[in-house]
Amino acid sequence: MKVKINGQEEQLPENMTIAEMVHHKGLTPEAVVIEHNENICPREHWSETTLSADDMIEIVSFVGGG
Amino acid sequence: MEDILQIGDKRLTNRLFVGTGKFPDKAVIKDVLEQSGAEVVTVALRRVDQDSQDENILNYIPESCVLMPNTSGARNADEAVRIARLAQASGCGNWIKIEVISDNKYLLPDNSETLKATGILAKEGFVVMPYMSPDLYYAKKMVDAGAASIMPLGAPIGSNRGIKTRELVRILINEIEVPVVVDAGLGKPSEAAECMEMGCDAVLVNTAIATAKNPVLMAQAFSEAVKAGRMAFLAGTPTVQSEANASSPLTGFLRDDK
Repeated sequence: MKVKINGQEEQLPENMTIAEMVHHKGLTPEAVVIEHNENICPREHWSETTLSADDMIEIVSFVGGG
Repeated sequence: MEDILQIGDKRLTNRLFVGTGKFPDKAVIKDVLEQSGAEVVTVALRRVDQDSQDENILNYIPESCVLMPNTSGARNADEAVRIARLAQASGCGNWIKIEVISDNKYLLPDNSETLKATGILAKEGFVVMPYMSPDLYYAKKMVDAGAASIMPLGAPIGSNRGIKTRELVRILINEIEVPVVVDAGLGKPSEAAECMEMGCDAVLVNTAIATAKNPVLMAQAFSEAVKAGRMAFLAGTPTVQSEANASSPLTGFLRDDK
């Protein structure tokens, strides 16, 4: 299914959960925060949140800044 | 008696806050923080670059430090609030530096949008640290809206021009009850010392440390300067005069005066 991640279109397997997506991308769960369709999805809900086609996802993390 | 800076529920003994941007190598950040003893550290929040798996910056920040994410990138209050909530969702605390900028030439903060964001985020329980342009009206309103401190700029971000806004910052120190933290533009430890001598409660430095030839040494220099300036303030700096006032006695000279 087609979703938008960080502004880019991507293909993901159907019925993928956020937890599976994070794992699939090789990301460290503790290091990222996820916004799903403009709502923050807390880490504890990742495994029960399934993605749908045309979902908008933001994956963000802390970086150096002043 | 220890000289503590209380902000939110944190009792700080080091009045140098450090930013983590512009470091050529993230590993240096760890040494900078450990050697300077800085307790408050800013970071930014950005989209993860999925192509280059960067190491987590939090690995370089001692656990004992207070993390102060900034809302850099926000051009208005709504964007700042969104970034703040995302930062809080990381589980790293509830401090937030509100940074709302739509001017790309001088990177001056938008006081009006910053005030709006302050009100919203303070109600949500954040420890709000607004980066602002030194203006007494806005500072008072930000305090009324729940700001835990105010952070007026010394000079444009990264300009290393020193505390160009000193006259306006002095007014804020006199009139504002929450801590005043000069943030941005300080280029030398002596400039940080000047801020502290004036009565600032802390300073935030990023560029001058990160881009120094020896960032660890520069961070230590800033830390010492902040301590010296603070000690001078507590000691009570003497008044400035236009005429001389002799330091040695004016009697008992080894001569016969008329």
